[in-house]
Amino acid sequence: MFEHRMETMPLKELKELQLERLKATVRYCYENVPFYRKKFKEAQLRPEDIKSLDDLAKIPFTVKDDLRDHYPYGILAKPLKEVVRFHSSSGTTGTPTVVGYTKKDISTWAKIMARGLATAGVTSDDIVQVAYGYGLFTGGLGFHYGCEELGAATIPAGGGITPTKRQIQILKDMHSTVLCCTPSYALYLAEEARKEGIEPERDFSLRTGIFGAEPWSEATRKKIEKALDLRAHDVYGLSEIWGPGVGMECEAREGLHVWSDHFIMEVIDPESGEVLGPGEKGELVFTTLTREAMPLLRYRSRDISVVDEEPCSCGRTHPRMLRVLGRSDDMLIIRGVNVFPSQVEHVLMRIPGIGDSYQIIVDRDILDVLRVRVEVTPEMFSDKLAELEALRRRVEEELAAVLSVSARVELVEPGTIPRTPGKAQRVVDLRKGKI
Amino acid sequence: MVVEQVSVFVENKPGRLSKVTRILGEAGINIRALSIAELGEFGVIRLVVDRPHEAKAVLSNSGFTVGINRVLAIEMGDEPGSLARIASALGDAGVNIDYAYAFIARAREKAVLIARVDDVKRAEEVLSSEGIRLLSAEELEDL
Repeated sequence: MFEHRMETMPLKELKELQLERLKATVRYCYENVPFYRKKFKEAQLRPEDIKSLDDLAKIPFTVKDDLRDHYPYGILAKPLKEVVRFHSSSGTTGTPTVVGYTKKDISTWAKIMARGLATAGVTSDDIVQVAYGYGLFTGGLGFHYGCEELGAATIPAGGGITPTKRQIQILKDMHSTVLCCTPSYALYLAEEARKEGIEPERDFSLRTGIFGAEPWSEATRKKIEKALDLRAHDVYGLSEIWGPGVGMECEAREGLHVWSDHFIMEVIDPESGEVLGPGEKGELVFTTLTREAMPLLRYRSRDISVVDEEPCSCGRTHPRMLRVLGRSDDMLIIRGVNVFPSQVEHVLMRIPGIGDSYQIIVDRDILDVLRVRVEVTPEMFSDKLAELEALRRRVEEELAAVLSVSARVELVEPGTIPRTPGKAQRVVDLRKGKI
Repeated sequence: MVVEQVSVFVENKPGRLSKVTRILGEAGINIRALSIAELGEFGVIRLVVDRPHEAKAVLSNSGFTVGINRVLAIEMGDEPGSLARIASALGDAGVNIDYAYAFIARAREKAVLIARVDDVKRAEEVLSSEGIRLLSAEELEDL
């Protein structure tokens, strides 16, 4: 274990630590973030009203739109001069959300990631190929810093930038022992390697894989393990709360340990907001306990899961969440990138004539495919194919720019998209059962 | 002198031409000329018909996206070299043909080139100075 004492601290003591840190965090938020002070005043709540962990339920939720409404710096608890990094993810509409980190936040995150990597069995002897995207997305840099903190040899192979052929070459020539990427990219890598005559069990040295940023299943785990001859672990995180590493699967692989010295994890009924107990399925809500630049109180993740507080066979006491079972909003995760249907609509609204005559179809070949079907209306129509094709490409380009993931735009005849009374079936996810 | 062409957006899949032509047939609309252009998953059916506005109405009512465009109906001799003569006249004058399709009119032993050009006025001047005739909608019907 990376931090044995903390990882095995009895749950009761861990909860005492949480309460102590919660009180400090609440006061810190109240004193440094006008957004929270206003929220507390509206709820007629004072920091000193939080006396027990149960009192947490009195604090109003923070949602993604709060971050968007305070774009870009409005929710920071530290002056900009103390911020050393920003990451950013897409918002539900055109406005993204920005997350800031102080120097201490970066080092705390690296420690959390290192602890998680060790939990998945990674050691300083490993050669870790980080094939998550590096950049605004937290995946690449999050893993990178964690691996270095752990002392592993880190290869910043950066998915999306480094071509797949090169990734395969690195896996083979540099004998990477750990692969970190999205589960669908892992399968894609295996497939492409086979096409080149490479047999992963013979030509690769992989031992462990850490896969996340998109939903996957036990069936996919078996598939990846067979295809790449490794042991696959699930990782959980969300960009608003640091990034990857909030939760990690240990060798028992019966849920992901959520590091309770850094986070309080609650489960709520997404409709009523009521707090649910361990074993009950609901939306995960996180409160950060050790964050400087952007502490968040009761942040609604929109991820649906179940919490398990029972002791784990690995010896760690930190409660576990089951792998994410779904979403309580309409967010889609496409090749690891979060996409809201409202973002697609936002782009389409700018094209004259499209209006409500569109449909989003998500399917999975090996990688996810995002298709946007647009009915051709008289305002968009031209008898010249070149003009129709130019329009189609323009929509594709604008979607790619806004979504950070490519979409295939298909022009279809009016009436092709099924209309149900009231609301058109705007999003069709054909991946169900393929994940 | 221009004629009106009906253009219809269609997906590139079986049965679409059949549906468009059946709707026109049932409305008693006669097709004088037709071309189909496709690009991947979609295409455009372009038609010269005897009653273009009625054709647009019946197709739109059936859910199709329909446009009406101004095109030239250029008379050609049904003999070698006549298309080349038209094409060079337009090309030399800097008129671009966006697309074109042709058919033979048996009754007059002539052929007709339907062409969409980027500069109708200039095309008319050039063709007229070359002694090439443009047909009116009425003349097309009589073919």
